[in-house]
Amino acid sequence: MKLKSLSIFLIISSFFLTCILSIWKIMATLQGLSFNNLNTTPVFLNGILLSLIFIIIGNKINHLTKIFSLSFLFSLLYFYLNESSPYWYILGVFLITLFFTNKLKKYSVQSLKEDFISEKIIFDFITLFGIVFFAFVILFPFYIMLITSFKTQIALLVNPLDFSLDFSKNLTDLLKSYFIIFETYNFGRYILISSAVSIGTVIVTLLFAIPAAYAVARLNFFGKNFLSTSILIIYMFPAIVLVIPLYTVFSQLGLRNSIFGLLIVYTATTLPVAIYMLQGYFKSIPKEIEDAGIMDGQNWFGIILKIIIPLSLPAIASVALYVFMIAWNEFLFSLMFLDNPKSFTLSRAIQYLSGDAETPRQYLMAGSVIVTLPILFIFIYFEKYLVSGLTAGSVKE
Amino acid sequence: MSVSLSKLEKRTAYTLVLPAVLLVFAIVLFPIFANVWISFKDIELKDIRIPEPRAKKIVKSISDNQSELKIIYKLRNSSLIQGIRDVQFQDKFPTNVSPINLDPRCNFQSKKVVCNFGNWQAKYRENFEITVQNNNGETIDKKIIKSQKPILSGKADNPLLTANFTLENFKKVFYENNFVELLSTTFYFTFFGTVGAIIFGILAAQLVNQNIQGRTYMRGILLFPYVGPVVALAYTWTLLLDPNSGTLNALLVNFNIIETPINLLGQKYMTISILGFEFKLRLALTTVIFFEIWRYFPLAFLFILARLQAIPQTLYEAADVDGASPIQKFIHITLPQITAIISILFMIRFIWNFNKFEDIFLLTGGASGTRTLPINVYQQGFAVSDIGMGSAVSIVIVILLLIFMVIYFRLIGKRINEA
Repeated sequence: MKLKSLSIFLIISSFFLTCILSIWKIMATLQGLSFNNLNTTPVFLNGILLSLIFIIIGNKINHLTKIFSLSFLFSLLYFYLNESSPYWYILGVFLITLFFTNKLKKYSVQSLKEDFISEKIIFDFITLFGIVFFAFVILFPFYIMLITSFKTQIALLVNPLDFSLDFSKNLTDLLKSYFIIFETYNFGRYILISSAVSIGTVIVTLLFAIPAAYAVARLNFFGKNFLSTSILIIYMFPAIVLVIPLYTVFSQLGLRNSIFGLLIVYTATTLPVAIYMLQGYFKSIPKEIEDAGIMDGQNWFGIILKIIIPLSLPAIASVALYVFMIAWNEFLFSLMFLDNPKSFTLSRAIQYLSGDAETPRQYLMAGSVIVTLPILFIFIYFEKYLVSGLTAGSVKE
Repeated sequence: MSVSLSKLEKRTAYTLVLPAVLLVFAIVLFPIFANVWISFKDIELKDIRIPEPRAKKIVKSISDNQSELKIIYKLRNSSLIQGIRDVQFQDKFPTNVSPINLDPRCNFQSKKVVCNFGNWQAKYRENFEITVQNNNGETIDKKIIKSQKPILSGKADNPLLTANFTLENFKKVFYENNFVELLSTTFYFTFFGTVGAIIFGILAAQLVNQNIQGRTYMRGILLFPYVGPVVALAYTWTLLLDPNSGTLNALLVNFNIIETPINLLGQKYMTISILGFEFKLRLALTTVIFFEIWRYFPLAFLFILARLQAIPQTLYEAADVDGASPIQKFIHITLPQITAIISILFMIRFIWNFNKFEDIFLLTGGASGTRTLPINVYQQGFAVSDIGMGSAVSIVIVILLLIFMVIYFRLIGKRINEA
């Protein structure tokens, strides 16, 4: 029994260490180090040895001394296995091992005798590994996007693995792609158009949605139930089935290639979600507060403006951010409706840029960074509101 | 008193709701019905303009005589399928310039040539000529003549509103469009995309729900793919997976995991042999599904995490007292608590993946076996420019969606109320 849990512990922990060190090695390769082998087997065996020594030493020496000396020894061993590696790389290995041995702290000869210890070990390390794995998988494309925008096409064709940045060059060289897409490809204009359309959509949507949501939440009228069910159904219908009729009608009305046309469509497609989210929140406001407003002689307009809106600012912020995100990221309608470069949104402009096979990829990535950064900053800054918006509105994209 | 109050309430309600309802009706509901109409018409992208008479004016000198000019109007009907009725033509000339040997359909008065061309059938073309002379025998300035644009008008039906209907589009959808493959690709994509996103969502939620440092940061990072713009993310992935100089292939080749780069987005099938059994993996489709999972598991994660955090801790404490193992706790406590939200997520994600257009369009454009129904709407309507056919495919999508929704509200609708 003890042997079984010990071997599971050794294998799982060493497997975890090997995975993290492999990810570190991949990242180092992308900095221009020439590793041609992941060397997983020796790392794995060393990891087993490391965990074993850790368990054997147990509490005989101070924990800090133990992890530092063990990590140092491991890194030294690692250094001899990968001779031609620079010191920053080995320092990374040392820090990873330090982190790893610190995580081993709660395991000892005694704890390996506990009930279900092997399951607990597996869960423990899967959690750790999972977090590293998810963070890596999610952030890696963003990292590639950002670094590519600073590189040149030729450099990437010569060595697609070299993502190191040469900071000794001056800043204008590094940011060259950004200067070019602003100067040659008019991205300044597209940023303005995208912002105008997105902010416009938010304002118009709120103007339409707040009164409608209030009516659905509070007032009694014929067709109310029908309306609130159809809101749910309508926002299941995708943009792709609307696109052909809207295209033909907008062509005949001359609304294509106009920001106004785009604004109408974005507003109409986000309205059901907005109404759905807002009416849920309005229902949660105590009715007594409104009754007090009625006593004071307020009409419906006054109640909405002076009572409902101030009380539901968090919900309105969520809706606004969510609608902004949809409008900013929207692609299908801008692809269909805009074919004049003068009225492109950012998304459409990037897609247009990619249509030309000659366009160097760093321009494409610089454009991508420009369209991604604002939305990520807004998301990080207002995470609380946007998350509640996502949760409430996610029946729709 | 109360009667008038409720009347007032109703009136207020309608005023508040009406603007939103009208807008949604015009932009969302109307097109869904308009699709039905268009799908029964034989109509192409170039036909959607209302036909109009057009003229191109060419001014030519006649030999040496500078006081005379020949003007050629290249007249045509802009539409290839529809006629125009009562075409009227008008062109203005400077003082002292008048036409000679004017066409019998026209007359000249107060410096204007006015013609009545009658009806033009579809594709109608004519080179209409007028010779003009200066009454004083002076030279006519060609530029002045040229700068005057003729005015044409005529009556034509909107090709969208004519009453010619055909079943041809639906016949083509079902018989000439590889319909079975189209449908199977769509379901393959939808099903695996949905299930994958939910599995990764459960995993991620389970991880973040542990007591680890920086879990709020982790939650934020996990949502990045969902909040990022699809265009940027899809192009980054295309670049990452590029067979010639993509990072992923370069890494795999560098570490000797594969010998030659794999075209993950451009190769329809890849043969894989497991335990001696060979089977064909739909490579491009699988890659697109992975992108889809990567982009949408954050949503599943967010929902499941919210549910997990609402599970009372006492349940787990009780299980600890009973000596349950971590796996038993997951199976007997966590899973039953999240089945309701998972089934809701499954239906919502299923419907939305079924409708997914942008992701596939940007990654592969529908090539290499990734043609799904929404991609086909675009291909038919805008690449082949057969709008009627595109609408017919849209109708198929709408019908399937309605079926899903009936199932959704029958089965899961009850669950929402419970949850």
